[in-house]
Amino acid sequence: MLNYLLFSIAGTFVLGAFAILFGLSVKGIDRKISAKMQWRIGPPLRQPFRDVRKLMIKETVIPNNAVPWIYNAAPVICLSSLITILLFIPIGSFPAILRASGDIIVVLYLLLIPSIAIIMGGFSSGSPFADVGAQREMVLLISYELPLSMVIFTFAWRFSIVHPSYPALSFQTFQAFPVWIAQSPVGIAGTFIFLIIMFLVTTAEMAKIPFDIPEAETEIAGGVFVEYSGRNYALFYIADAVKIVVLSALLIAIFFPYNISPLLISYFTFPQWIWQLINVLFFMLKVILITIFAVTFIRTSLSRLKVDQIVRVYWFHLFTAGIAGMILIALDTLGVF
Amino acid sequence: MIMNDDATFIIPVGPVHPALKEPIELVLTVDGERIVGVDVKCSQVHRGIEWLGMNRNNAIQSIYLSERVCGICNVCHPYCMVMAVEDAADIEVPERADYIRTIVAELERVHSHLLWAGVAAHEIGFDTVFHYTWALREEIMDTIEYVTGNRITKAIMMFGGVRRDIDRDRAKRIKKATQYYLERFEKIVDIFLHDKSIMMRTRNVGILTKEDTLKLCAVGPLARASGVPKDVRQDAPYGAYAELNVEAITPDMYSGETVGDVYDRIIVRLLEVKQSIDLINQALDNMPAGQIMSEKNYVKLLSIIKRSEGEGIGRVEAPRGEDIHYVRLEKGKESFLSWKIRAPTYNNVLPWIPMLLGGEIADVPIVAASTDPCMSCLNRVAVVDEKKKREYEISKEYMHDLSIKKTRRLMRNA
Repeated sequence: MLNYLLFSIAGTFVLGAFAILFGLSVKGIDRKISAKMQWRIGPPLRQPFRDVRKLMIKETVIPNNAVPWIYNAAPVICLSSLITILLFIPIGSFPAILRASGDIIVVLYLLLIPSIAIIMGGFSSGSPFADVGAQREMVLLISYELPLSMVIFTFAWRFSIVHPSYPALSFQTFQAFPVWIAQSPVGIAGTFIFLIIMFLVTTAEMAKIPFDIPEAETEIAGGVFVEYSGRNYALFYIADAVKIVVLSALLIAIFFPYNISPLLISYFTFPQWIWQLINVLFFMLKVILITIFAVTFIRTSLSRLKVDQIVRVYWFHLFTAGIAGMILIALDTLGVF
Repeated sequence: MIMNDDATFIIPVGPVHPALKEPIELVLTVDGERIVGVDVKCSQVHRGIEWLGMNRNNAIQSIYLSERVCGICNVCHPYCMVMAVEDAADIEVPERADYIRTIVAELERVHSHLLWAGVAAHEIGFDTVFHYTWALREEIMDTIEYVTGNRITKAIMMFGGVRRDIDRDRAKRIKKATQYYLERFEKIVDIFLHDKSIMMRTRNVGILTKEDTLKLCAVGPLARASGVPKDVRQDAPYGAYAELNVEAITPDMYSGETVGDVYDRIIVRLLEVKQSIDLINQALDNMPAGQIMSEKNYVKLLSIIKRSEGEGIGRVEAPRGEDIHYVRLEKGKESFLSWKIRAPTYNNVLPWIPMLLGGEIADVPIVAASTDPCMSCLNRVAVVDEKKKREYEISKEYMHDLSIKKTRRLMRNA
């Protein structure tokens, strides 16, 4: 028991540090690629680290109208809940640290908390811009929840039919039976629709263009973050970087739970820890690729949508696509084809 | 945050806000995302340029001052002012100078419209298009620098002509630039008019009806996009425009319909870029030889102006719309007796109210930007009541009284 506790605590620290450093690097890569696409030179890769350092030494201002304890707690809650999610998601060939305590349902619930923290922070800032931003964040949250749950529960339902002896909502099941395997072309088509939905959900969760309405620099001057400065803002900045790792890890765990070691193991012989390192590096590569596709390309090639347009995209277009994907996978699972 | 009784609240956009490049204050009453009330408060950047022209500077110095009324319209303001003075003092302008003025004014229009297109893309969060358009704009900026010596303030206007000639070498450079834009024009149109996400943000947004346009005296691309074909170059040709083919551009030329929304304003401005390039080419081909200044000696020029008496009006189609300068000269006075500027933004700010009412907060930046506002041109007066420390409002009756008094004073002086 003590061992397990120590392992969990040490694991949390290591994973937290990994997520922050890696997340900031991914942010740097995202900015550089986006700059190149826009015919700019762009900042150096280490710019996010510099930004954090700069924000850390800046004065932390708390506005007079703010509710200080909520205002200060929001960034901490946001960051800590994101790191907590990582404890439930497998990284590379390492299984999730808290795999015994929770499954995908926990992750789905925990994913709400960063957004709720941002909303709390916005409302407690006491600024009309932050207020509008927080309202928009709520709308965004309501929009992407439905497609996200559709994706996860359809797969869970499929596992409960195809592999009844395994826990349907566990990441280990996803890892043992990747969603692409043993499907007819109809099922693969359905899974592919879900993959696209998941990409768009990731973009919205990241609140990047075209879904960056809670911040919307030119409209509401930074929205929810308009009053934040110094350390508080640095925490939000780091949380934003960790979020991309978390969301990519979730997408990887559902759609691409592959490791590279089984492919190479017949050619090379390495000790166990090197194989694990290689798998983690492969995981990092997957995160970077997902970031480029789900964030960089989309935010560089579109303009910001309006609130009603975003709701329409998620509730109408993606919901319809989700239903289609569900039907295709159901037909496949029930053996109609 | 100010919460009203009926659950609406007030959002102040400005005087400093990322959507506004210059200070102006928009007080929006919003119900959720919907705008139910708009109030515009101008006069945040009054700089007293007219006062300087009437009290401190002599007439020639005022040309360079008028270039600084607006950073972007740095040809049309001096052009307009020079025309007004030439009208008042009966100074002749050589034909070649008229052509050079026209070419420089059109170069400025191309640069201004491309700059606007980039800013508009930025306002709807499309930074990629913003960077692309501004990169394309570099070609015209380089050309302007090659032709006039400066990228921004061109310092080319002078009473009775222009200060620099466009020789064969410079003409070749301009031809190269027009060729560059003609080759890329289709691509620019494709980026702005066929992109789905730009369409989603601009179609049926910020509609200004034809009635409102006429009632509020909107000018320039804003009026033309609402289907009012008014253009000073067409209606009252100045410079070399009478000899060139100028036709006011309305959006139905491209799309076959006039909606009067932001998208139509993009159409009008893009087509005007093409029109300007055609005009530059025509003007370069037809440019007559001859003098570029009717009086080369500035001292003599100044004394002519000092000896003249009378009033003059200049009207120029600036990139943002009709610009009017009124100048009154008095015998024995080096500076102007009276100098009044009416910049296009002055007319184009009031249409913000019908355009924004009923819209969403998200529409504010692009609707405001769609008129291509220029606050420092707009502000002609600042009213401050320091003693009473209260908000100073001028009623219509008080304004009317003031104008009667001022007219009487001017008539007594004349």
